[in-house]
Amino acid sequence: MALLALVPLFYVATYVVIIGPVDLWHLLARPRIAELLRNTVTLATACMAATAVLGVALAVLVERTDLPGRRLWHGLLVAPLAVPAFVNGYAWVSLDRSVHGFSGAFTVVTLSYYPLVYLPVVAMLRRLDPALEESSWSLGHSRARTFRTVVLPQLRPAVLGGALLVGLHLLAEFGALSLLRFPTFTTAIYDQYGSTFNGAAATAMAGVLVLLCLVLLLAELRLRGNRRYARLGRGAARHAVPLTLGPWRWPALAAAGTVVALAIGVPAYSLVRWLLVGTSTEFPLAELAEALGATVVLALAGAVVTTLAAIPVVWLAVRHRGWASTVIERSTYIANALPGIVVGLALVVASLRLVPGVYQTAALLVAAYVILFLPRAVVTVRAGLEQAPTVLDDVAHSLGTGPLATARRVTLPLIAPSLGAGAALVFLAISTELTATLMLSPIGTSTLATEFWSASSELRYGAAAPYALLLVLVSIPATVLLMRTDSPANQTERIPA
Amino acid sequence: MTSVSITGVTKSFGATRAVDDVTLHVPHGSFTTVLGPSGCGKTTLLRLIAGFLLPESGNIAFGDTTVAGDGVRPVAPQARRVGYVPQEGALFPHLDVAANIAFGLPREARGGGRGRDRVAEMLDLVELPADFRDRRPDELSGGQQQRVALARSLAPQPAVVLLDEPFSSLDASLRGSTARAVRRALEATNTTALLVTHDQNEALSLADQVAVMRAGRLVQSAPPSEVYLSPTDPQVAEFVGRAVVLPGTATDARATCALGEVVLTEPTTGPVALMIRPEQVFVDLAHDEGVRGTVEEVSYYGHDCAVQVRLDEGTSVLARMAGVRHPGPGDVVHLRVTGLVRAYHPAGAE
Repeated sequence: MALLALVPLFYVATYVVIIGPVDLWHLLARPRIAELLRNTVTLATACMAATAVLGVALAVLVERTDLPGRRLWHGLLVAPLAVPAFVNGYAWVSLDRSVHGFSGAFTVVTLSYYPLVYLPVVAMLRRLDPALEESSWSLGHSRARTFRTVVLPQLRPAVLGGALLVGLHLLAEFGALSLLRFPTFTTAIYDQYGSTFNGAAATAMAGVLVLLCLVLLLAELRLRGNRRYARLGRGAARHAVPLTLGPWRWPALAAAGTVVALAIGVPAYSLVRWLLVGTSTEFPLAELAEALGATVVLALAGAVVTTLAAIPVVWLAVRHRGWASTVIERSTYIANALPGIVVGLALVVASLRLVPGVYQTAALLVAAYVILFLPRAVVTVRAGLEQAPTVLDDVAHSLGTGPLATARRVTLPLIAPSLGAGAALVFLAISTELTATLMLSPIGTSTLATEFWSASSELRYGAAAPYALLLVLVSIPATVLLMRTDSPANQTERIPA
Repeated sequence: MTSVSITGVTKSFGATRAVDDVTLHVPHGSFTTVLGPSGCGKTTLLRLIAGFLLPESGNIAFGDTTVAGDGVRPVAPQARRVGYVPQEGALFPHLDVAANIAFGLPREARGGGRGRDRVAEMLDLVELPADFRDRRPDELSGGQQQRVALARSLAPQPAVVLLDEPFSSLDASLRGSTARAVRRALEATNTTALLVTHDQNEALSLADQVAVMRAGRLVQSAPPSEVYLSPTDPQVAEFVGRAVVLPGTATDARATCALGEVVLTEPTTGPVALMIRPEQVFVDLAHDEGVRGTVEEVSYYGHDCAVQVRLDEGTSVLARMAGVRHPGPGDVVHLRVTGLVRAYHPAGAE
């Protein structure tokens, strides 16, 4: 299974070796590549900075002030996660054609992804021991200085980790940036693949993209490795006393309201508008049902296979710790840094060269889903298995129960909820996956994402609306899971569909 | 029920020899505690007996049956009929109390009236109310969880019960009452039991036999009073309770040391290390009979107190006395030793 996860990486690495440095340089040293690199890096940097500022500001406002209706605001501020970025891009472009290029991409991506910073910062603020701040006040520091010198350093891992997640999402983002006509490596690879099937150029660009992703992934791993727990002491945690906003609550409400209006209001308005008044709006119930059915079948198959694949990986990692099991587990995480476009491209080429029979079959598409979403299943199932310590197996054995009966009577019942949660997360992620599905879905198979894409890329915005609505509806349960900030689902969100 | 015989058992992890040539006999129906500091190999010994680990050499036998050893196919843990009670109980979190207790019963005995009767019997044995049967593990206190864990281990009528520091996570008041309830339950069923602990009070107060381990080796195995009063060497003396160890010179049944002349448990001659328990050091507040010293520190526990005294000749000595009337720091007192004193020759042998 770990080998399957490494197929895309092998593909890119092998290609780079085969093509040789001269040809590779020839392919990469072009003004077009320079432009793509500039676009990608500029957008990623700007969006990471913007989401960091927005995420921290909103988290502090909701968690540490007496902003009226804080619980409601929390729900509303997380809600953008239920709108896939490509649906958000569609909502803005279809309302106003002038939203495009860098400014359009920056706006839409920031509004789609700021919750990835907001959520971990909220979680960290909740876990912070108020005694730290109280100690600082007692030492004569003001609230502002305390925030700067005590709270912010503790938030650093959450902020940087969240911002790096935004970067990884952005590097992988295809749908939104394509609709907003802002070319990055991911959109360019797809264009090359779709228009000319120029494998060489596409793969060379995929190599650069993988490098960029790996840089971000390594940075994230490094940061996570250094993270210290905010709460050191034992005993009941207290909540910090919220800051009284006084007359400042009106501008604060206005600021939170503006973010929500732009991040949720615009896509909601746009969707409703196209559903109600769009001239091309149709409700082809049979086609909708067919796309929904295909999506559900593919997502179910992908979820079951991915979760089953996660079990041996997790079992080895938790129950048989050692360098080999660690390497196997970590290699599945590399998929975190591999955008759907690279996985799709790798599987297209690998299947055509090695096993042509599987090209354009559902099996190959499910394999892509396994590679893309195995990390989510592994993280969730691992959290479950760690709740089933080996001492329970020892006790069961001492009570006369053999290994198989122990697995059936003790381990499986204990990890069943996490298996279910892992499968649900993967199911929902597959339901809204666009890029790999576009490249690998069997001819004649239409999913919600491919139908939406087909309509919106042909500017049939009304026809795309019902699919967009269904995509939002299937994203809601995953968002609710993510809102529970202490759930392991929190740590599973890594890279977008 | 049966006895447990461990003969020359050795187990290593990498270069570390966790259990080193240990030989111990646990008689049928007895309660043995294995006492030692963290990392001395006592839990490894327990896991070897349970069958979770296999020895590199040596034999482990339950009664006449060798369950692991040289040239013997090891008996799997599930076939050894061992009741295992780990730290914090390790109750199955997805099962209620009744299902936990019935877990090890044969399938046909788990459900129905027989299963219910057995669960009720076990709850009664560990002194828990019958209505606890429907509770979930997270609805029980630490002590209650330990009692259910013991009931679970006893329900299938095991050959031997192994307890791995079962009371270490409980607070002091609960620890005593839970330990006594466990002892009574084991006595009532006449079960052979082996408990590992690093708590000397627990080891001494519960056991028929105390086995002291140090760095993988079994250094003494004897009834509690013998381990306390006649420890095999000064290190055991200092681990099992507090001890004052003073250099001295022995002549037959007497020896002289910083605390004056003392009477030995056994006659010997030459330079010795003398082990005196603090409660043997009598602190005389009224008379100037004995060795003079000045009180440096007093730790008051209510029922008694520990008094650290610096003798005029420079040696520091710990004494324990009733808490009713005690000196304060700076007071001048006179000390003398009561009872018999154990002497060790410098190499450790008497």
